[in-house]
Amino acid sequence: MTLRMSLLGLSALLMFTALAMIFFYVPSDAILGISQRIFYVHVPLALVGFLAFGVVAVCSIGYLWKGSERMDNVAYAAAEIGVLFTSLMLITGMLWAKPAWGVWWSWSPQLTTSLILWFLYVAYLMLRAYAPPGETAARYAAVLGIIGFVDVPIVYMAARWWRDLHPQKVLGPLSEEGALEPSMQLTFLVSLLAFTALFSYLMATRTELRRQEIQIERMRYTYG
Amino acid sequence: MNERRTDASGQPTGPSWWTVILAVLWKDLLLESRTREIVTPIVVFSLLVIVVFSFVLDPNPRLAASVAPGALWVAFTFAGVLGLNRSFALEKERGGMEALLLTPVGRDLLYFGKMLAAFLFMLLVEIIMLPAFSVAFNLPLVQPGLWLIVALATLGFATVGTAFAAMTVNTRAREILLPVLFFPVVAPVIIAAAEATRAVLAGDALVDYSRWVQLIAAFDVIFAVVAAATFEFIVTE
Repeated sequence: MTLRMSLLGLSALLMFTALAMIFFYVPSDAILGISQRIFYVHVPLALVGFLAFGVVAVCSIGYLWKGSERMDNVAYAAAEIGVLFTSLMLITGMLWAKPAWGVWWSWSPQLTTSLILWFLYVAYLMLRAYAPPGETAARYAAVLGIIGFVDVPIVYMAARWWRDLHPQKVLGPLSEEGALEPSMQLTFLVSLLAFTALFSYLMATRTELRRQEIQIERMRYTYG
Repeated sequence: MNERRTDASGQPTGPSWWTVILAVLWKDLLLESRTREIVTPIVVFSLLVIVVFSFVLDPNPRLAASVAPGALWVAFTFAGVLGLNRSFALEKERGGMEALLLTPVGRDLLYFGKMLAAFLFMLLVEIIMLPAFSVAFNLPLVQPGLWLIVALATLGFATVGTAFAAMTVNTRAREILLPVLFFPVVAPVIIAAAEATRAVLAGDALVDYSRWVQLIAAFDVIFAVVAAATFEFIVTE
């Protein structure tokens, strides 16, 4: 309880700091203008979302290996939060793409892979919802958690080669490498920490909630 | 569960691994030859998909070569999902799964038997469909380069599809859940197969599209291993 509360406090503090820095401290990008500021939200969402799916894969393997229910609860929580974060990542990306590229969407390798990733874990949540409850759903989900994770690099390879065959004009700054300005780096770092703290808080809360859900389910089963 | 029993002299007893795989495969082929619930209806369904495509696409023959690979793989993917949906349906309806699980053999062998059966059914449908596609789109689709792509991609569909079908047969909304699980995972196979088909139709040599073939082959190997290794967690009762 206290750990969760302190995580909540930390993420609130960092989130407000990050917001203040994004809007008042960091300068606008010379080329991309003000719309580039959404990157300080967009990129952390993407990174933490991918981290969440990594957690799903590791806990899926752990669950099949050891059969510990706790592992499964963590995997479930990480999948839900990962879908939330990648959904927001896709939305913020589209919001930025429209003014910057003139289109909401382009089938670049990163975008294609992110979208397939999103679908994979939406499918994961659907599988959990529709499978027979209890241990069966956990086993099925763990298998999908592993298959999905193995699939991601293959999807990325395919998406990259696919776009090689249909070259598009180079879009935006994503292709340009270059050192970020120190103030931008700092803002990005604070924002990344804020989203990581938020992720940790949500993970702790959701895992605990899941544990209680299962407990209530068991009581209902035992005592009618 | 996966360990072989041995007799007094340490020689393994019981059937060898390929006997088990072939027995499961033979069971499915025999079942299909008696029930005719997979290949025939799916061929008719795929023919209808071609007809629907002919209705909705621009009739300009010059466009045929650019849209045909897409149409072909849409038809094959949908046909594959329908076939996979049936692959465990009969086991479920008649309690065949329990009987399969009572056999004292490794679950990975059961997986390979079911997977090869699904692969052969899909391949059979596609062998019938390719000439039909050639006629409808007036394109040379019956050629060795394409057979290779079709066989490899179908194997890829069968590897993950069999694992997913074994799960979704026990879930609610199973007919819709199988494609929801299946399409994102086989997305690289669909991309690679469509691009390779496009290259074959353009008259390219194998070296020009070999990376797509390699990608599908890698997918097949990786997911055959992953699915076989995790299959016992899917079918555990």
